[in-house]
Amino acid sequence: MNITKNIHEWLFSLMPEAAASIVEMVLIAVVYLIIFAVAGLYLVLLERRVAAWFQLRLGPNRVGYQGLLQTMADALKLVSKELTVTIKADKFLYNLAPYFVIVTALMALSLFPFSEEFQAFDINIGIFFLTSISSIGVIGILLAGWSSNNKFSLIGAMRSGVQTISYELSVGLSLLTMVVMTGSLQLSQIVEVQKSGWLIVQGHIPAIIAFCIYMIAGTAETNRAPFDLVEAESELGAGFHTEYSGMKFAYFFLAEFINMFIIAAIATTVFFGAYLSPFGITESIPLLGVFWFLAKTLVLIFLMMWFRWTFPRLRIDQLLVLEWKYLLPLNLMNLVLMALMVLLGLTIKF
Amino acid sequence: MDTTTITNNFKSEEYFINMGPQHPATHGVLRLLLTIDGEIIKKVEPDLGYIHRSIEKMCERDSYQQIVHLTDRMDYLSSHINNEAVCLTVENALQVEVPERVKVIRTIIDELTRIASHTLWWGVMGMDVGALTTYFYGFRDREMINDIFEETCGARLTMNYNIPGGLMFDIHPNFVKRTKEFIAHFKTKLPEYDLLLTGNVIFQKRMKGIGILSKEDAISFGASGPVGRASGYSCDVRKHHSYSAYDRVTFNEILKTEGDTLARYQVRILEMWESLSIIEQLIDNIPEGDFFAKTNTVIKLPEGEFYEKVETARGELGVYIVSTGTKNPYRMKFRSPGFSNLSLLNHIAVGGKIGDLVATMATLDLVIPDIDR
Repeated sequence: MNITKNIHEWLFSLMPEAAASIVEMVLIAVVYLIIFAVAGLYLVLLERRVAAWFQLRLGPNRVGYQGLLQTMADALKLVSKELTVTIKADKFLYNLAPYFVIVTALMALSLFPFSEEFQAFDINIGIFFLTSISSIGVIGILLAGWSSNNKFSLIGAMRSGVQTISYELSVGLSLLTMVVMTGSLQLSQIVEVQKSGWLIVQGHIPAIIAFCIYMIAGTAETNRAPFDLVEAESELGAGFHTEYSGMKFAYFFLAEFINMFIIAAIATTVFFGAYLSPFGITESIPLLGVFWFLAKTLVLIFLMMWFRWTFPRLRIDQLLVLEWKYLLPLNLMNLVLMALMVLLGLTIKF
Repeated sequence: MDTTTITNNFKSEEYFINMGPQHPATHGVLRLLLTIDGEIIKKVEPDLGYIHRSIEKMCERDSYQQIVHLTDRMDYLSSHINNEAVCLTVENALQVEVPERVKVIRTIIDELTRIASHTLWWGVMGMDVGALTTYFYGFRDREMINDIFEETCGARLTMNYNIPGGLMFDIHPNFVKRTKEFIAHFKTKLPEYDLLLTGNVIFQKRMKGIGILSKEDAISFGASGPVGRASGYSCDVRKHHSYSAYDRVTFNEILKTEGDTLARYQVRILEMWESLSIIEQLIDNIPEGDFFAKTNTVIKLPEGEFYEKVETARGELGVYIVSTGTKNPYRMKFRSPGFSNLSLLNHIAVGGKIGDLVATMATLDLVIPDIDR
């Protein structure tokens, strides 16, 4: 893109190379931060409107056109609220915990190929980086629950630990199944492979199984209903973030939505051809890639919201049974099946 | 093959948490003292009294007309039925014959109240197991009943429509029409409840086989209402001790034998169908006539003890009056269904998880002001 190229040249002409690249990185980080803070807020609004739609209500529609400024107003309110700390809380960990959650969420965002050129960070271990980054987030939740010095928070944090460790396996394995097909962990490579058909079509049966498992495990990873045992407001009040207020609470809240975006975006990249348009109808206009990427991601996000507003919550032992007794063995078999398929050349390619 | 015994060297410690009095799952100011080992409940100890308003003591001060008003505030979800319990006791003590019209109208409103209470319970039940959408569906249907009540007597929750001897006013001209509208509406919506929640795999898995109450225990704990009936204990006061117009309608007493939370859930859902059928049988044949029987302005009960019981949405509500012949009761005692149903919580919740406790408690359908009074 011309604008980025101009800025890039201008910066490098202005200062020495090392300084220029640092400044450039910071600039990119700031742009991403702003985009995703806003995106997170609008996902909150989307969820509220979708929830209202499921629940025979209107949802927020007064602040701004159709409530478009509602979450902005909420964010302003949260910024201005007092940050309370319980007396016996472990202050250092208590203050640290929200940053773990929000920073890891934002770090993962830099990898996604929004369009052919719009990708901040294309490393050769992309998928691996994404899964490992998303498992760091749980440390924040564990710390939050532990340091709050509240038994309800602690139960929530323990549940979160158990849940994330279990479902991480399924997320990783289902993505690995797809990597067998692409032969590369690099996201740009994965998209490249899909130019001859989205992976969910190329890999047909095992890919669809992997996608289903990925969506279930991904929902569990984000701690959303039906896997919201971590918060479980009818059981634990608010779970691990019971004692947080103001902006610290908002970090947890926003991180949940950004994580949801990440899970959906990974699925879009790995299963649905990222920025590629269906049947290549708009390949001639690369800018539309962003549109396709976001459209696919939003459909998947809607799916996750649909889960949340229709399903009851699982119990903790059922949650573990589902993962260890059903999803994990199925996943392993699926991986073998996929490997056999690739070996025998049974994939569909256009 | 050698078998090795794995000894658990980890020392697990039980700990104690306070559930309530401010907790989303206790639906009011109930405080549960939980002893927990990890996620497993070891002991549940209810602590009452956070909303105690000495209603029984206040009754000793009030006239019988005033007492009726106090009973709304006990189990506020079946306020009409509570009112009726007191009115029936007073009427029986005075041996007043209430007009047929009153009996039929009371019965119709009783059943509407029961549906309203059960729809609210259903919504909240869904919320307790994590399905938030049910709440709004339940309230949508309850709203129509509340509108009927509002038109009939001006109040939506604490109705005070009954007075000793009859009703405060005659029914609104729209009453029959709107009730029929509601029945037609609800008959299409009740199957939706099953689609949204009952049939859900997760819901079934969560409810089946937890919080099991045997028939013997149900009887010895004094369980009544849907809680008792889900354990196979036939305890419907409407059937066994018919009052108002229940003797002239045909309805089934819903009985289940499983005694688990799913059975209690299903009993309530099926009860709503029965209530609909009761209303349908009565709504077209409301007899003409007076809407109250003449009583003295100052009601003085004859000396003696009087007891009357009714079936509220939660179970058997008993009203016991000791009168010395004055205008106030000497002693008044309510046997509330919620209190007995709460007493068995420890018995059925121990050994389950925290999630089970919440689900079990939801199917007991506790209304805390009814327990504390």
